[in-house]
This record gives sequence, structure tokens and C-alpha cells, in this order.
Amino acid sequence: MNETQNNLGAYLKLHWKTAVFLVVLLIGIGLADIFVDSYMRRLLNLCAIYVIVSLAMNLVNGFTGQFSLGQAGFMAIGAYTVAIFTVPVESRAAIFYLEPMAPFLANIQLPFVVALILGGLASVVVAFFIGSPCLRLRGDYLAIATLGFSEIIRIIFTNTQSITNGALGIKSIPTISSLWWTYGTALLVIIATILLVYSSYGRAFKAIREDEIAAEAMGVGLFKTKMTSFLIGAFFTGIGGGLFAALLGTVDPKQFYFTLTYNFLLIIVLGGMGSISGTIIASFLVTLGQEALRFLDEPMAFGLDLPIFRPGLRMVVFSFLLMIIVLFYRKGLMGTNELTWDFMAQKFQSIKKKLSRKKTSTEGGGK
Amino acid sequence: MSLLRTENVIMQFGGVVAVNDLNIDIKKGELAALIGPNGAGKTTAFNVITGVYTPTSGKVLFTPTDKNGTTTEIDITGKKPDKITTLGVARTFQNIRLFKELSVLENVQVATHLNTDYSFLSAIMRTPKARKGEAQAKADCEFLLERLGLIDLKNEKASSLPYGQQRHLEIARALATKPQLLLLDEPAAGMNPQETDELTDLIFKLKTDFDLTIFMIEHHMDLVMEISDHIYVLDFGCTIAKGTPDEVQNNPKVIEAYLGVDADVED
Repeated sequence: MNETQNNLGAYLKLHWKTAVFLVVLLIGIGLADIFVDSYMRRLLNLCAIYVIVSLAMNLVNGFTGQFSLGQAGFMAIGAYTVAIFTVPVESRAAIFYLEPMAPFLANIQLPFVVALILGGLASVVVAFFIGSPCLRLRGDYLAIATLGFSEIIRIIFTNTQSITNGALGIKSIPTISSLWWTYGTALLVIIATILLVYSSYGRAFKAIREDEIAAEAMGVGLFKTKMTSFLIGAFFTGIGGGLFAALLGTVDPKQFYFTLTYNFLLIIVLGGMGSISGTIIASFLVTLGQEALRFLDEPMAFGLDLPIFRPGLRMVVFSFLLMIIVLFYRKGLMGTNELTWDFMAQKFQSIKKKLSRKKTSTEGGGK
Repeated sequence: MSLLRTENVIMQFGGVVAVNDLNIDIKKGELAALIGPNGAGKTTAFNVITGVYTPTSGKVLFTPTDKNGTTTEIDITGKKPDKITTLGVARTFQNIRLFKELSVLENVQVATHLNTDYSFLSAIMRTPKARKGEAQAKADCEFLLERLGLIDLKNEKASSLPYGQQRHLEIARALATKPQLLLLDEPAAGMNPQETDELTDLIFKLKTDFDLTIFMIEHHMDLVMEISDHIYVLDFGCTIAKGTPDEVQNNPKVIEAYLGVDADVED
């Protein structure tokens, strides 16, 4: 007992900044949960879900170097699992009005958490079948297969009327509105990812990314290790999808078009392939940025009626901003670095140095 | 007792016979060398042994000693490279293949992954077993880095090391897999005479300290002749000579095919 206490004390001493940061963060979430309006709440929830799914994608694409594009599909599996199992039994007849729900499902209703985990596990099972052939090959086969898979899943869900209610989608899913669900899960996923990446398994992932032949020669089983990463990624993505369904309260196949995957791809490229903190920052930047630029979609008149502000302009400006970021930060905002206290101190020092140098040079020029 | 044997190994790429009828027999505890002019098929032979290529025909047999001290001959022909490494064959690469973006320490730690006896779930949850395994692996790696004179650089990026130290790191990484047979593919390539001398000493010391059997490809003749117990000479895929350094040095075929011709070309 005494020893563990000592350990904890030493640990806190070493990581007191992180501990303080975590406490402030939790208080921040708590306060936000009480005070923000429903629009902001929805947005913040969405940010957290994007953090979860992007981290999962970065684990596979950024850390293990396997190009997977199945995010929309795995999210759909998670989302539909939550939808099917949490919609109250009494309202199912009204939702499935074209064709009644399949009898073996019609009376099963599970608590949200169970359905959420089940959604993650369902994603894992499907991922296993996609990964089994594809992860044995080198090259871009995984990208093609996962891309196809995510379209197939969408089409299957459109056509299995008695299970997924087809194109009508499933409505009146009990919603979550508290920030704790999404941020709690996001925190767990972040912590799990950090612990995984800085373990022997994480190093094996990175070794495969760096050089498959050398990794294999050092005893890292390629297929097994890639599969581990791919399945963990699929699990988190499924969970993210489940939260997404519970946030919106409704799922339909159109939400899971391939363009959804692009959002996450954008986030991990912007944040840095192989950076956890970069992914988190980019998730917030992209989600909030797309909303902040929404005014560009609305017609606006500066006295004169200028026809430049119209629906779609938002994405033009957004793409332009992205191009600028990618031009100046070729490896994404963080590259493969992490936003640790040391990293920040270093950056701060270098900026300070730069500023002081600029100051002296302008002073010299002034004289 | 032989540790590694190949029986009539043939490796064909289409019409090209890269390795033709290779028969080697490496005894436990010896230092054998594989020499031959450029393009003789030396690296291909290594790739066949380590499982990168499956030979067109023939067998590769490895006889590791397990924890209890018993030996069993295992047919490793065409097994996956990671399986062969797990059995106790480690290698370095001719054109250095480090994990460039990882730190020096991480590079070596990757090679201890094959000994992890805990699942990724316990790694995430940092169970006592996982922690103990991690700590042990880290200590082993730091010991190896110390041994190869890289301990002060352990947090540097692997790609930022000078060339000679990258070669040392490759050896450290191979040793971290706890091999019984170490294959060195041109460890002294690109090194000056002084560095080569140091490397010669190092290889010799590592061999005794880690109880290794070493099989290496090398072009520096003074190094090869000084430390090898047995030498195999390849030319166009065929074994043209084998024996002790003295025997090989005086073999007219070797002088003609390798030392003579190659020296002219290189001059």
C-alpha cells in the first residue's frame, strides 16, 4: 500500500503538468456541459466523435502505414447496431412501417453501452474478414478493398429492409445529449491509443510503417501485427459510429457515403500521419472550421447585391485554406511529433529566439 | 555439430539461376564467410536462408538449441522471415534498413517484440506482466547499445546517425532478437581501413560474448581472411571453392574468378 502510494506520488511529481491539464479539461467539459446551448453542444459532440474515428484511422494509416479507407463502412456498422438495438420496442412498428422488423430482432432492446460495444465488435468481425485476404498483400490492395467494402455495406443496409429499414433509415433512436458520453469515450480512446502506441505493439506498428522487410526480419509478424492494428481501428470506428447514431437520433444509408471517409482522411493528413495530438487538434479545426465558415453559404449583400456568397462557397474557401496549410506544413500540423510539454517548451524557446533576433535586426536597421 | 545446412539449394528468377546448387554446412560456434564477385548471388543466398525468397528447389535446415539444451533440426525452407528470426536466425542488411523515423533505442526495442509474452490488451492496460516485459526489454536493449557504443545516442533519430554507427545499430538490432546464428551482409561496406579493423575486433568479441555463430558476406579480404574459420566462394551462383582461408586463398579457381579478374576490373 505504502509503496503504491509512493509510486503515485512520484508519478504525480513527474507528470504534474499533465495531471493539472487533465483536471482543468474535465472541469472544462463539466462547465461546457452545463452552460453551452444545444447548437454548440451538438458541435462539440461531433468534434469528440471525429477525434475517436480519426484516431482509429490514424492508428492504421499513420502508425501502421496501411492505407485503409473503410471508415464510413465501419461507422455504419456501429451506427446501425446501436440504432437497431436501442430503439424502444414499442415505437418499432411505427418506424418499420413498410416492412415489419425481422422477428428475431424485433423484441431485443439493449442498454446503450451494450449496443455501443456490440457495434464495435461487429465492426471487428467484418474487419477480420476484409483483412484476412488483404493484409497478406503488400501495396494498396487494402485501400481498394476497404473502399469497396464501405460502398457494399451502404448498399446492403439500403436493401435489408426488415433489419435496417432500408432507405427510410431508423428514427427515434434514444439520443445522448450530455457531453460526457462522447468526451468520456474520446478520452478513453485517446488514452488507449497513447498506451498502445508507446508499447511494444506500437513500436511493431511503426516498424512496419518504416520498413516491412526489415520489420519482418526482426521477427515482427507482418500479417498478425497489421491485423491487430486494423481490428483495433475498426473497433474504435464502430464505437464512433454508434455514438454518431445516438447523437443524431437517426441513421440512414446516405449518411455513410464515401465522402464521410474523406473528412477523416483530411483530418489525419492535416494533423500529421502518426501524431495523436495532431489528430485531436485537426479534428477540432476541421469540424469547427466547417461550421465557422457557414456564413459563406448564405447570400450576403454589402449594400450591393454581390452574388459571390452562395451555397458551396464554404467548401471552396475551406479547400483553399487547407491547401495553404498543406503548402506550409507538408507533413501536417504536427508531423509525427506529439504536443508534449517538452515539445511546447522547445517551440516556445525557438519562437522567443526568432523574435529577439528580429527585434535586434530591426533596431539595427533603424539606426 | 552443424547449425545451418543447405542441401542443393537452387534459386531461379525466370531464366536466371542466381544460386545454383548451394551446399553449405556451418558448425555451431564458427565464423564462416561467403565471398564472391559482385552479382555472384551472395545476398540471394542470405535471402533464401532468412525466408525472403523460397528456393526453387533444395532445403535449408537449421538446428537451434532450445532453453533445455536439446537440439532439433528444423526444416526452415520457405518459412516466413519472422518465423525464422524467432527460431534464432538474425540478419543485417547490405543497404542499411533501419527504421529511419524511430529513435535508436526504439529500433532495437522493435527486435524484442518477438519475445513479448503478453497480448496487446495487457499492453494497453499496462498489466504488471506487460510492465515487467517492457522494462526487461528496455534494459536488454540499453545493454546492447552500451556494448556497441551507441548508448549516448539512444534518443537520436536513427536516420541522423553517421553511416558507421548506423551499421553498428543494425548489428545491435539483430542481436536484440537473441539469435543463435547471425548473418551479416557486408558489415564493413563503405568503411575505411581503421573502421574495418575496429569492426573486426567487435565482431570477434560479440561472437564470444553472445555465444554466436556468424555467417557473413564481406568484400574486405583482410577482414575475411583474418577472422573466418571457413570460407565459401560463389561465382555466378555456383560454389567454386570452400575451405579454410589458406585453402581458399591458394585455390587457382578463386584467384582466377574472383581475386584476379575482379582486381583488374576494379583497377
